[in-house]
Amino acid sequence: MKPSLQYPQRFGRILLCQARPRRAMAIRSFASVMRPKAEEEHAATSPMIRVPEEKSTIAAKTPTVSIDLHLASNDNTTEAAVFESPSEIQYAGNATMPLTSVLHIVKPSEDAPRGVWPVFRLMDENGRFRDPAFDAAVKDMKEVTTAPPSTGEAAKDLTGLRAKLQQQYPFHAKEFEACTLLQESKHPYPDTDSKNTLLRAHQQIVRLREMDTIFQNAQRQGRISFYMTCRGEEAIHFGSASALDPADTIFAQYREAGPLMWRGFTLEQFANQCFSNDGDLGKGRQMPVHYGCRALNYQTISSPLGTQIPQAVGAAYHYKLQGKPNVTVCYFGDGAASTTDFHSAFNFAATLKTPVLFFCRNNGFAISTPVAEQYAGDGIIARAPGYGMAAIRVDGNDIFAVHAAVREARAYALEHSAPVLIEAMTYRLGHHSTSDDSSSYRDKDEVSSCEHRFDPLGRFDNFLKEQGWMDDAALSALRDDEKRAVLKAMNDAEQRPPPPFKELFSDVYKEIPPHLKRQQAQLETHMKKYKGKY
Amino acid sequence: MMLSSLRIAERRLPILGQQVVRRAFHQTVQRNSAGAAAATADETREMNLFTAVNQAMDIALASDPTAIIFGEDVAFGGVFRCTQGLAEKYGKDRVFNTPLSENGIAGFAIGHASVGGTAIGEIQFADYIFPAFDQIVNEMAKFRYRSGNQWNCGNVVLRAPCGAVGHGGHYHSQSPEAYLAHTPGLVVVMPRSPKTAKGLLLSSIRSPDPVVFLEPKALYRTAVEPVPTGDYELPLGQAEVMRSGSDVTIVGWGGHLKVLEEACDMAHGLHGISCELIDLQTILPWDVDTVVESVQKTGKLVVSHEAPLTCGFGAEVVATLQEHCFLSLEAPIQRICGLDTPFPLVFEKYYIPNALKNLDAITNVMDYGR
Ligand SMILES: Cc1ncc(C[n+]2csc(CCOP(=O)(O)OP(=O)(O)O)c2C)c(N)n1
Ligand SMILES: [Mg+2]
Repeated sequence: MKPSLQYPQRFGRILLCQARPRRAMAIRSFASVMRPKAEEEHAATSPMIRVPEEKSTIAAKTPTVSIDLHLASNDNTTEAAVFESPSEIQYAGNATMPLTSVLHIVKPSEDAPRGVWPVFRLMDENGRFRDPAFDAAVKDMKEVTTAPPSTGEAAKDLTGLRAKLQQQYPFHAKEFEACTLLQESKHPYPDTDSKNTLLRAHQQIVRLREMDTIFQNAQRQGRISFYMTCRGEEAIHFGSASALDPADTIFAQYREAGPLMWRGFTLEQFANQCFSNDGDLGKGRQMPVHYGCRALNYQTISSPLGTQIPQAVGAAYHYKLQGKPNVTVCYFGDGAASTTDFHSAFNFAATLKTPVLFFCRNNGFAISTPVAEQYAGDGIIARAPGYGMAAIRVDGNDIFAVHAAVREARAYALEHSAPVLIEAMTYRLGHHSTSDDSSSYRDKDEVSSCEHRFDPLGRFDNFLKEQGWMDDAALSALRDDEKRAVLKAMNDAEQRPPPPFKELFSDVYKEIPPHLKRQQAQLETHMKKYKGKY
Repeated sequence: MMLSSLRIAERRLPILGQQVVRRAFHQTVQRNSAGAAAATADETREMNLFTAVNQAMDIALASDPTAIIFGEDVAFGGVFRCTQGLAEKYGKDRVFNTPLSENGIAGFAIGHASVGGTAIGEIQFADYIFPAFDQIVNEMAKFRYRSGNQWNCGNVVLRAPCGAVGHGGHYHSQSPEAYLAHTPGLVVVMPRSPKTAKGLLLSSIRSPDPVVFLEPKALYRTAVEPVPTGDYELPLGQAEVMRSGSDVTIVGWGGHLKVLEEACDMAHGLHGISCELIDLQTILPWDVDTVVESVQKTGKLVVSHEAPLTCGFGAEVVATLQEHCFLSLEAPIQRICGLDTPFPLVFEKYYIPNALKNLDAITNVMDYGR
């Protein structure tokens, strides 16, 4: 099999196949998971096709076309990273899922996919947009090729980049037009002083990574009491947040600092919360990472799992009655999806027809509990039809796919006044929290293999490198800048005093009731009596 | 009128039903189960609280083939290591992870026990017991009564780590014993140390009534003492007089007793006050007699717990004691408790009913009327 040079022509065939009814496609995608052995052997001997050698349980197990990034791009990376453009992908829990480049929200009126729901992906690990010829659903076309490498001058700005991408990947032309990550903002972003949305998203992923690393270390040094990283899940954060309206209220679980950052929460504000100082909007009352910001429409995090899910439905119902053109967005984990609140919320949302986006971050684990012990069905997504709910499964490590899925889901939710479930497949690269050591329940090799395959930042970096917008030097300079900014924010936060003592008694009720006033007075008398002991 | 003169005239009121309760709850049993085969009757080993809890469950699994242990993350040993090694030893059918649902855990436990199994469920934090509240309050607690004693779920124990740790904030610090103690039909236990934890947990597992077993998580690693390595039970429904004294009675339970011991030491060291310290051990049904007896002797009572003051279990103790000891009391009973605020983070040290606050209360009752 030779790489085809007639790239645009072949798209004609793919478009044809796209015109098939979705149902048929879904059935085919399931069938393709059970690919005949002959094809596999054929694939394995093809010079263009490389079988991944890792024996890891989590690796793309399909023999697929590889792209040697080192050879394909003209950057000066010393190590050649090899990535495949797989037709299916294996996630934690040994779940093999077909990939699709076609954005499609499965509506309650349609038949649900039989077998495993496909994962919507736009950009492969190599930073190139997928050729739908690789999709599991069209795999029987046999003739596949790699996407052509980016050539020529780097685009000057987002308009130029869009045009260039449209030329490079005509199949995705419409998506590039709709993707707001590829649109300049009207005004410069205050935190970057630039109108470039895409580079801001990239910068924020880097920033969040640095923040995670530094705050996690700060916890180890005893400077803060607790921390949770979101390593590996950043594409979910910024892909989704960038597809929302700022007035869409966010109900998050705890591992979603990114959407708050995207809306303008500063490093100082993050640090103030984690250090429980007088700058913490939550007045030092909750553990680190329990952020919240009314001004940014981000509800304050609560540790009890699942509670935010029905709350998001109630809020969306209000928007609906008010005729507000907004949705609520509710993030939750694969573990939280087992709570009673989850099930109530889904049934309420579908029955009361509320415009809410349920965003499940399926990262393979709930602390130590692997998804295989959390549910027996096809992830969380397969529940949607049972509730009469629209749904789409997306590659959570692909910022473009997440963005597209959320954008379309949001439009659907508003148009139909109905909930949509988005299940983003990803992997929790870090420990559950600073109280956890995940090496006691998962293989180190599994983690490093996932780090290699599922790192959303690496994928984004590859894209920017290939488009000539970043090189290794620029990337490392960016990391250094962000590291400095985080360290400064942290050191400043550490210098600040705790919130005023009176805040211990405020906000229990709107006004402090007499019995609490008495307790406050008693405590103050006691503290005066034992001055120096407190 | 001198309060002490009233004491002489005091008549002890009969405590209705207490005899029956005592018989049901106050037996100490020494067992020789398979799990403790190697241990001699009084062999002890230094161990911390999580190890003691782990041993109790190990013995329960060994001595009762119908016993199972389940909950979130218990298979790898649990987030506090209490179930460490048990899945490996007894198999995945008997020690296993559940999906993340506390009311699932409670309901599953009830069903398992209702047909003859022994169910030891873990709620990862007591703060997360509330999703299971309906199953606990409306089902578990009323299972026997509502069926006319045809059905029961007495072989359920729900274990849950509770209490302050210094940095837990709202949702990793609470002590929900009072909510649970408002539920006829439940047994609520909170041990203070490794040794009591092991004996009380084994009693709870073998008790004919459903038990919520609240473990002071701050002590899992820090509290270490000699613990019998074999199989033993400590009676439920019975308080323990940890220190006898003559001036003032101090009542508490759970990990908070560490604080109360410190307060007693300070009271003695600074003011020569002799405190009688009582660990209730079982919150419901609680040992009224032991406390009454003590207060009749000392004439003064301080009750202290970490949970908020209003409607805390201390209120129950105080109300009962004034009824039984009215004529013995020489000073108003003091409650030193958590504030009526959500459990705070940065201000935890002000919220906590610490040794100093208790010392203050002790000296206040001593000075009363002087
Ligand atoms: C009601 C409740 N039960 C238990 C916990 C303890 N707990 C905190 S996080 C967690 C796992 C959650 O997993 P998942 O929803 O998949 O989110 P992830 O941590 O993977 O982002 C558990 C069991 C809790 N916070 N709330
Ligand atoms: Mg998870």
